[in-house]
Formats: sequence, C-alpha cells, structure tokens
Amino acid sequence: MEKHRRIVAFLCNWCSYGGADAAGVARLQYPPDIRVIRVPCSGRVNPLFVVKAFSEGVDGVLVSGCHPGDCHYAEGNFYARRRLEFLKRFLPFMGIAPERFEYTWVSSSEAQRWQKVATLFTQRVRNLEPFKGFDHG
Amino acid sequence: MLEASQNPNIRILSYTELEEVKGYVGNFTVRLRKKPRFINENKCTGCGICIERCLTFAPDEWNLGLGRRKAVYKAFGQALPNVPVIDKRHCGHFTKGICSVCEKVCPSGAVDFHQREEVIEERFGAIVVAIGFEVFDHSLYGEYGAGRIKDVITGLHFERMLDPSGPTKGHIVRPSDFTEPKTVVFVQCVGSRDAEKGVPYCSGICCMYTAKHSILLKEHIPEAQAVVFYMDIRAPSKGYEEFIRRAQEEFGVLYIRGRVGRIFEEDGRLLIKAVDTLAGRPLEFHADLVVLATGVIAPREGDKVAQMLGLSRDPNGFFSELHPKLAPVETMNKGIYVAGCCQGPKDIPTSVAQGSAAAAKVIALFSKEQLESDPQVAEVRDLSCLGCFKCRDVCPYGAIQEKEMGKRLVAQVVETVCHGCGLCTATCPTGAVQLRGFTDNQIMAELRGFVSQWKNIAA
Repeated sequence: MEKHRRIVAFLCNWCSYGGADAAGVARLQYPPDIRVIRVPCSGRVNPLFVVKAFSEGVDGVLVSGCHPGDCHYAEGNFYARRRLEFLKRFLPFMGIAPERFEYTWVSSSEAQRWQKVATLFTQRVRNLEPFKGFDHG
Repeated sequence: MLEASQNPNIRILSYTELEEVKGYVGNFTVRLRKKPRFINENKCTGCGICIERCLTFAPDEWNLGLGRRKAVYKAFGQALPNVPVIDKRHCGHFTKGICSVCEKVCPSGAVDFHQREEVIEERFGAIVVAIGFEVFDHSLYGEYGAGRIKDVITGLHFERMLDPSGPTKGHIVRPSDFTEPKTVVFVQCVGSRDAEKGVPYCSGICCMYTAKHSILLKEHIPEAQAVVFYMDIRAPSKGYEEFIRRAQEEFGVLYIRGRVGRIFEEDGRLLIKAVDTLAGRPLEFHADLVVLATGVIAPREGDKVAQMLGLSRDPNGFFSELHPKLAPVETMNKGIYVAGCCQGPKDIPTSVAQGSAAAAKVIALFSKEQLESDPQVAEVRDLSCLGCFKCRDVCPYGAIQEKEMGKRLVAQVVETVCHGCGLCTATCPTGAVQLRGFTDNQIMAELRGFVSQWKNIAA
C-alpha cells in the first residue's frame, strides 16, 4: 500500500472513458491508483479542477480526451489542449511539480493505449513523494 | 430523377449553391445563390433548338473531354430541369459580343443574356447533405504515365465510351488512334488503399466496376483479352462474388494478383511491366489500352460545406456520421443528415439505402409535434452572466444566443441546439453557464468523494 498514490483522471465520455471501459472489458491490468471522473468532453475540464484536485490532496491528475481532430464535439479537445498546456507550464509557479499532471489522448478503441498511459503516469507519480501541499511540489 | 422532379413536394434548385446556413433543427434559414443560366426557366420548353443552332463548341465535361458540346448545353441527356444553360466562358455573345443565334431561334423567347444571379433565402426544417464524391486524380501515379499517356484512361472514361449516346457511340476505342483494342489491362486500387498517395482506405466500388467493365469489354469485342491486376478482390455484397466469378469463368477475364509497376509507350502500343505475386514472377507484355480503376475521394467542396453546416470530417475528408453503427445518417448537428459518397465511398445500392434512411429520419423528425431533447444541456444563470459572450465564441454548435435582461444582454442557451459538451461551462469566467448533470459543483463533489474515500482507506 505504501507505494500507492491518489490519482484523479478526467476522461471524456466519448473516447477515453470508452477506452478505459474497453480496457476493463479486455481485462487489461493497470495500477489501481487512478479514480476516473467522467466528463462529456475534455473541453469541459476547467483547469481549475486540476488545481482544486491538488488542493484537496491528490497526488496526480490526468486528463484524457479524444485525439485532436477526432473530438465528438468537433473542437472541444483543441480548447482543452490549449488550456491544459498552459496549465502545465503554469503549475511550477503554483508550487506543483509539473510531473504530477498530464494530458493525453486515448480513443475508445485504444484500450491498450489507455493501459499504457495509466501505467506510465502512475509510475511517474509513484516516483514522486505523496503531494504534501503547494510549495512542497 | 424525373419522378422526383414531378413530385409536388419536391423542388429541385439546380445550378444553385449553398451560401449560408443559420438556425437549428426545425428552423434553418438557408441562403442560396442561384447562378444565372441565361435562359428563363419558366419560358423554356426544353425543345433544344438553341443547342442545335449554337455555333460555338466547348470540351464536354460530362464526357470527360472525350467529346464536344455546344456553348449552350444541357449537362447530360436526363439532366433536370430540362432547361439548357449558356456557358459564359465559351458563348460567343459573352466572349466576343457578336453572337445571339440562340436568342433569335428560341421560339418562346426564353434566352435572356441579362439574367442576374439570384439570392434565395428560405426556411427549412432539416437538411440532407448528399454532395457526392470525386474521382482520384491518377496523374499522381507517375508509373502509369501521370495522365500523359493517351491510352491510359480511367474507369469513368471507359464508362463514357460504353454509352451508346456517348462520344464514341458505344464503341470501345483507343483514344490515341480510335482503333479497337485487342488487349486491355485493368489496374485496380489506383488511388485506393495507398497511404503514400493519401488514400489509405478501400474505395469499395472499384472491384465491382472493373469486373463489369471487363465483362462489357468481352461483350463488345469478344476476341479481346481482358487482364485485371488486383491486390485483393473485395466483393462483399449480395451476388457480388458470383459476378466476379462470372467475369472470370464465363467471360474468361484473366485475373492476376499483383500490380502493374510501370507502363511504357512502345511502337504505338503500351508495354506493361508488372508482377504476379501469386506465381512470384515478373510479367512483361504489350497491351492496347489500360483502364485504371481510380478510387473515390471526398468532394473538394467538403470543407466549405462542413464549415457552413457545422459538420465534422474524418481524416480522409468524408463527413462524419454521428455514430458508425447506431446513427449512420445523422450528424453531430441535429437536423442535418448525410447520405451517399460524401459520407464515405459506397456503391449505388448502399447510397440508395442511405438516402432512403436519411429521408425516413427527416420524416420521423417532422412527424412529431415537439422535439425530444437530451436533458444534458447547458443553462445560464442570468444574474451571474456578465454578457461577455465568451461562451458564444467557443460553442461549436452556435447554441448561445443573446437575450435582453433589463438593460443588458446576457447569454441564453438554445436547448435544441446544445449538445452538452460543456465547453461554455469551462470557459465562463463567472461560472454562470452550467452544464446540467456536469456542473462545477457536481464534478467537485465527485472529486471530494474520492478524496474522502482515500482518507478512509488510509485511516
């Protein structure tokens, strides 16, 4: 249990949530540290959600949507990409290690990609200390 | 097509372009630009005397440049409405300002050189997009002569030659010297299943039309030899496999699995260098005519139409349906449907089926007094709305409208248009727009639920 971290993943309903679901159906294994919050679109993710998640005390936040150009809502993930890239560069200024945050694209057929993304991100967060609050990284 | 034109509920606006679409399901305002055909549709009887008497010739687009047409013409015999059009680029009246033969011979005085463009604005309840496809341009294949060798033609070209009223009166000839070909090579998958040429997908129809062409060739010229080079034969519909077998067994069409690597011109014939991948040996022989089975590509105007109608397109440029299995003719824009090859390559039976499906969907939509909509839509809290309309800028569907609220303007969501993506909610600086079912509070509560769960586990 020592190694486990608290990771929240915001997954878009149409691609990444489906991909994670497909991973489950296919019984692909990945670490249990991730809790999934379903959102309609990665564009629904307000960057503040990520910051608020850290202030609640999670160790890592992952956002995943449809591949750019494949958004169910045509362009939602383009907005997401801009906002989240900005957020990622901004995190160090808030005293959060940028490695704790990642955004990525997983389509609903990419169960194995979801497995890989989830595993790699969990490993990355596990390599860090548990999040002790802003200013402690 | 004639039947459709005679239906009192169907109005055909030909020679007309879509210019702007506003509104939403059940309430589209469409602006159309009707181009001048310089012939009054109401006066014209379709007698065709103007076409007969016209003095100017132009290359015939319908016959792919194989023949000539007049400057006043009908696109093809069955074109509707049965009214010719004057081609401004070639017509002597417009280019030189001297000729007006058609005007003089027209018995009903329908020719009107001063006809102007007409802008029509009308309201419609639903839109079906069926703008078709384009044929792959085989000049991208340098190994097949890049379009420069006269006797290397496309399937469509071949098809025009088979037409009894076409440019060759139904005779199959070599375009270079108008002699009958003795050996005809059909090359499949030209601009299809070739990622390097930007067409990774299978066009689906070429296997069948090549089989048809090879059979028709044998029927027209029984002593001719038809050779088909294929990658795989894809004949998955009812009766299709049998049709291919008929071509092979009954008509003796030679099917060779492999590809033509190069075509050279040699002594007025074509030297084919190919490979038979089943036998594993190279082939070299002479042919008289090569017919390339060019693939289906997305219509060129697709991006313009997609932008106007708010449709999305797949990486190959075809319109995306709402769901590949469950909603194959619906689009992500409610009230707009797709049918035919603009949605993806398909043959005639499938296009007819899809067109019927789209029509049935529209009828189902119109048969209800009220529209059902998903409760997962955004709503605006008027008091917190600043009226900055950032939500309107990001909304992919144009679902945000202005609403007067005392002296100021606030945002308002058109519920039938909203798809519930939540982009506006994440954009709103004050949180005045909230997506029902996914409000900021609901998502945060979910997050806090996880955190307290984790704390319980830890404790």
